[in-house]
Amino acid sequence: MDRRSFLNSFAYGVGGFALADLLRADDPLAPKKPHFEGKAKSIIFMFMEGGPSQMDLFDPKPALQKWHGKPLPDSMTKDLQLAFIKKDAAVLGSPRIFKPYGQSGIEFSDYIPHVASCADDLCLVRSIESEAFNHHPAQLFLFTGSTQFGRPTMGAWSVYGLGSESKNLPGFVVLSSGVGTSGGATNFSSGFLPSTYQGTLLRNSGDPILYLSNPPGVTAKSQRAALDALGDLNRHRFGEMRDPEIESRINAYELAYRMQTAGPELTDFSKESPETLDMYGVNQEATKQFGTNCLLARRLVERGTRFVLMMHASWDDHTNLNRKLKKNCDATDQPTAALLKDLKRRGLLDSTLVVWGGEFGRTPMQEVRDTRDDENAGRDHHPLAYSMWLAGGGIKPGTVVGATDDLGFHITEDKVKTHDLQATILHCLGFDHTKLTYKHMGRDFRLTDVAGNVVRKMLI
Amino acid sequence: MTVALLWFALSVDEAALVEKRCLGCHGPAMQMNGFRVDKPGASISQVIDRVTSAKAGYTMPPTGPRLTAEEVAAMKVWVERNSRRSHWAYEPIKRTPGATIDSFVAKRSPEASRETLARRASLDLRGLPPSPSEVREFLGDTRPGAYERMIDRYLASPHFGERWARHWLDLARYADSDGYEKDQVRPYAFRWRNWVIDAFNRDLPFDQFTIQQIAGDLLPNADTESRVATGFHRNTLVNREAGVSRAEDRFEQTINRTNTIATAWLGLTAGCAQCHDHKYDAISQREYYQLFAFMNSIVEEDIDAPLPGELGPWLAARDDYRRKRQALLDEYKIGELQPVWERNMRAAIEKPGANVEWDFALTSFTAMLDHGRNLLLTSPGHERLTNYFVFNLGPDFNRDKELAAKIKELREKWNALHAATPQLTRAYAIAESPTPIPTHIALRGDYKRPGAAVEPNVLRVLPPLPKLEHPRLAFAKWLVSRDNPLTARVIVNRFWQEFFGRGIVRTSEDFGTQGERPTHPELLDFLAAEFMDNGWSVKKIMRSIVTSATYKQSSKLTPELLEKDPENATFARQSRIRLSAEAIRDSALAVSGLLDTRVGGPSVRPPQPAGVAELGYANSVKWRESTGADRYRRGLYIHFQRTAPYPQLMNFDAPESVVACSRRRTSNTPLQSLNLLNDPVFFEAANALFELQKGSKTPVLGAFVAVLGRNPTPYEGERLAKLADSEGLLAVARVLLNLDEFITRE
Repeated sequence: MDRRSFLNSFAYGVGGFALADLLRADDPLAPKKPHFEGKAKSIIFMFMEGGPSQMDLFDPKPALQKWHGKPLPDSMTKDLQLAFIKKDAAVLGSPRIFKPYGQSGIEFSDYIPHVASCADDLCLVRSIESEAFNHHPAQLFLFTGSTQFGRPTMGAWSVYGLGSESKNLPGFVVLSSGVGTSGGATNFSSGFLPSTYQGTLLRNSGDPILYLSNPPGVTAKSQRAALDALGDLNRHRFGEMRDPEIESRINAYELAYRMQTAGPELTDFSKESPETLDMYGVNQEATKQFGTNCLLARRLVERGTRFVLMMHASWDDHTNLNRKLKKNCDATDQPTAALLKDLKRRGLLDSTLVVWGGEFGRTPMQEVRDTRDDENAGRDHHPLAYSMWLAGGGIKPGTVVGATDDLGFHITEDKVKTHDLQATILHCLGFDHTKLTYKHMGRDFRLTDVAGNVVRKMLI
Repeated sequence: MTVALLWFALSVDEAALVEKRCLGCHGPAMQMNGFRVDKPGASISQVIDRVTSAKAGYTMPPTGPRLTAEEVAAMKVWVERNSRRSHWAYEPIKRTPGATIDSFVAKRSPEASRETLARRASLDLRGLPPSPSEVREFLGDTRPGAYERMIDRYLASPHFGERWARHWLDLARYADSDGYEKDQVRPYAFRWRNWVIDAFNRDLPFDQFTIQQIAGDLLPNADTESRVATGFHRNTLVNREAGVSRAEDRFEQTINRTNTIATAWLGLTAGCAQCHDHKYDAISQREYYQLFAFMNSIVEEDIDAPLPGELGPWLAARDDYRRKRQALLDEYKIGELQPVWERNMRAAIEKPGANVEWDFALTSFTAMLDHGRNLLLTSPGHERLTNYFVFNLGPDFNRDKELAAKIKELREKWNALHAATPQLTRAYAIAESPTPIPTHIALRGDYKRPGAAVEPNVLRVLPPLPKLEHPRLAFAKWLVSRDNPLTARVIVNRFWQEFFGRGIVRTSEDFGTQGERPTHPELLDFLAAEFMDNGWSVKKIMRSIVTSATYKQSSKLTPELLEKDPENATFARQSRIRLSAEAIRDSALAVSGLLDTRVGGPSVRPPQPAGVAELGYANSVKWRESTGADRYRRGLYIHFQRTAPYPQLMNFDAPESVVACSRRRTSNTPLQSLNLLNDPVFFEAANALFELQKGSKTPVLGAFVAVLGRNPTPYEGERLAKLADSEGLLAVARVLLNLDEFITRE
């Protein structure tokens, strides 16, 4: 039976090619209207796992050099909780050289010249505060608004609220690079939301989506013939049992079939120009993995995916900070900038919100685990004040929000708590964060728990 | 403060307010106008009106300053909560004499076909489809009572315990790893799972099932098995990230234990009260920490829990093993090295900050080795310290390249010796702390902000705790006491949910005021009473349910049913239920003859696509594929790694195993379709199914009956024959394993 007669044989609905749209009416991922018209239609969240060092990248602190090797004053550290180091650990000056970029003159470190060249498109927030200072709880907090397990993540909330524009690809896709994260699958879980809303991991090797290829020896024609028979038998059963779930199942198989074509098309870069591939660095060893993911992120957004979560691990530089940070920057700086520029020239940046950052920042003080190694110094976890940047999708370009004290220890201006960040991200999508809720265990839950304020200074 | 007031008011602040402003005139000493505010059932609807009124002679209190806005707000909460005190779930269970299950269901659909009944009951009771011969046996049994005889066969099957253990594992948030970043494997978690399977199979009465898991260590006749049962409490996540304070992790675990028990047994969402008084239910923050206090005295303990046949070989090999182990330790001079390492570690305890490298070594050590700090301080040279030291030499020895290389050699020999020596299976159990551990209210839920001290106690709206015994044991007995209106209701409701696709209380995790009310309250009470009256026998209550006419109805939807009752709240039909993740895989393996039916034992790692395990932290998750029959064991034995779980389980809505899961959600996604179509496991099953029919004259029919337990309709037969003609029998096998009906319990 060919495709056309398969569709015409649909016994309990309208025949013809409207079938896919007809079935989409019951689809939990069908596009939905938010509370108001949001600027952002999709999000690329570049999650830098482990906590990149803000004072070596985004928040220049010359005073650190002055304090280098000396402990911080007691008044500063008295209520401090630290993961590994002690309160009297010596301050670590940053050897990085900062200079202003673009019309906006935002200062960036010499490790990230490419991202710096996008200064006029970025909103750099130097005053993010998290509540958790260990990796996994802090990651849960960033993505779910709670350090407890079991809540939906930001990506799940987004597709729950907005559905997906893509009929052939998942609405919430996860790209991973580096060594694996503390949070693992909990960073893209649907929590208590139906698992329809959980993130789908796009794999780095083998099938891009799990079980996307036909089993060995099964040809495309044979797979189609089997699916046709399956559809016919399922419809026959529907005639007997009349359960709408059977119709959803038929729909799911048709989407799966379309995904089998759309998945390989997504990961096929042969139609990208050599210039584009070079820009992302997909052919250079250092940038290959992250560059590939950045390019995939753009292609996903182009194809209607709502939320792309990129996870890069790990920036958890307790030791050998200078060397390890450089390695991560060399791997990610050029592709990150390429993604921003490529989105912009294709007119996608206005409708795509890009967020870059980790679950917390790092201490002004040093951590040393091998006293005999001069290069051993690194930094411990620091949730009290750290930096993230956002771009596109309703975010004010070329802006700095917030400031920290001379040592980068505390926030001195415009504190942006994690819940505020989440509220602002949802706002860009068109949601009042207090109204995007789901009832579970007897009460309405939301991404921002019981807190959060939209940060107007970050918005256009 | 009067006892009545404590009972009546639900938080310290409210009680203080009522005492200060109301009790003088409307309390035990004086009842002006006959009104006593602290008496249960007092009419207090006027209170808010009066405290906000300005009308002289009407306003309350009549003298002194008016109540502030905050006080009025507190009063409102108090009034509201008290007016809800008569919540159905807290009322005693009412019996209906002479009733049957069917007498509570007004209107029923016709009975399902016998083929459907055979498959339905088998999937519900064993999590597996019936074999073709089992179906034939039932269809061929034309004497009266054939259905009941089939049910009894299913109930007696060892797979009954597996199916219902899985249900309990959901509630117990069972997993084979710690969770969080490090996500260490728990090689002996399965020992508790064995206990649960066995408990269901031998129909351990549910009251005993409860008492042993909550407080099996405290029973006067506690033995290894009752201590293994306490492994229920050990399924909590453990955060071994080195920066996490042990006190904080312990607090989080105790919170998780408290919430899990509240959900699993009481159907209460107690967790809200960790930070503040429950906004809707009668649980104050104080009461929450009183519940917490039962669990706060727990200390974790790993015990030897040998399986049958292990003890003899272990005893026989022990002396030889000890000798060889000692010889190895001597050869590599561990006796000299270890004290040096211990001294450095103790120095780091005594003088933190003196040496950063040792500080770090100590932080990792205390996170990874339970009770490590105590051992260091009290038991120098302890075997567990040796075990740790050999694999973690510390900064100084590690820098000595020659020594480090030697010790690497020792580790290899050590591992080889271990592998060659018979071992005892261990179990994760609990014990009572030898020294009392006081419990404080954690202000705003923060363990670093201790408030008032509290004693263990149960919720005031429920019957009181029996005194006289150890608090945790008393609590366990209280949970299953005849006066407790919640446990029996909550448990039978969940059974009903599994047999009908929805509970009598649909929100089976929440019997509080925010949960839904029962659709058939008398039926719920009838079942709860029957359950208790029959000695809490799980098999008996399930037998009554599955032999009822209500259970045996057809699940066909008519336009009328779909319009009037799409959610099946009237139980005027059976429900079509998508099989669980485990049952889908088990069924495919079973109908294709691949399933390994051994019951119990350690977890297995069937093949999974490359790259799944790599999602775990720093590539630390190792997935060593099982070999041989272990690849085909039932889904509940699949190793559950919390940060990188087996993908098929997650695709089909298995819980994440972090908090108690009372009902699974059912999604319907294209990823599920891809999973069934293309996963090598299902492809292998299709191949095996095809092979089984190779010699048959009617292979399509044979495969169809094996997979669905019924004969095909003419259309189905023709359609599949057509497919077989063009694409071959393997394509038919694949289609059968993808049918909606195959992954559905009709």
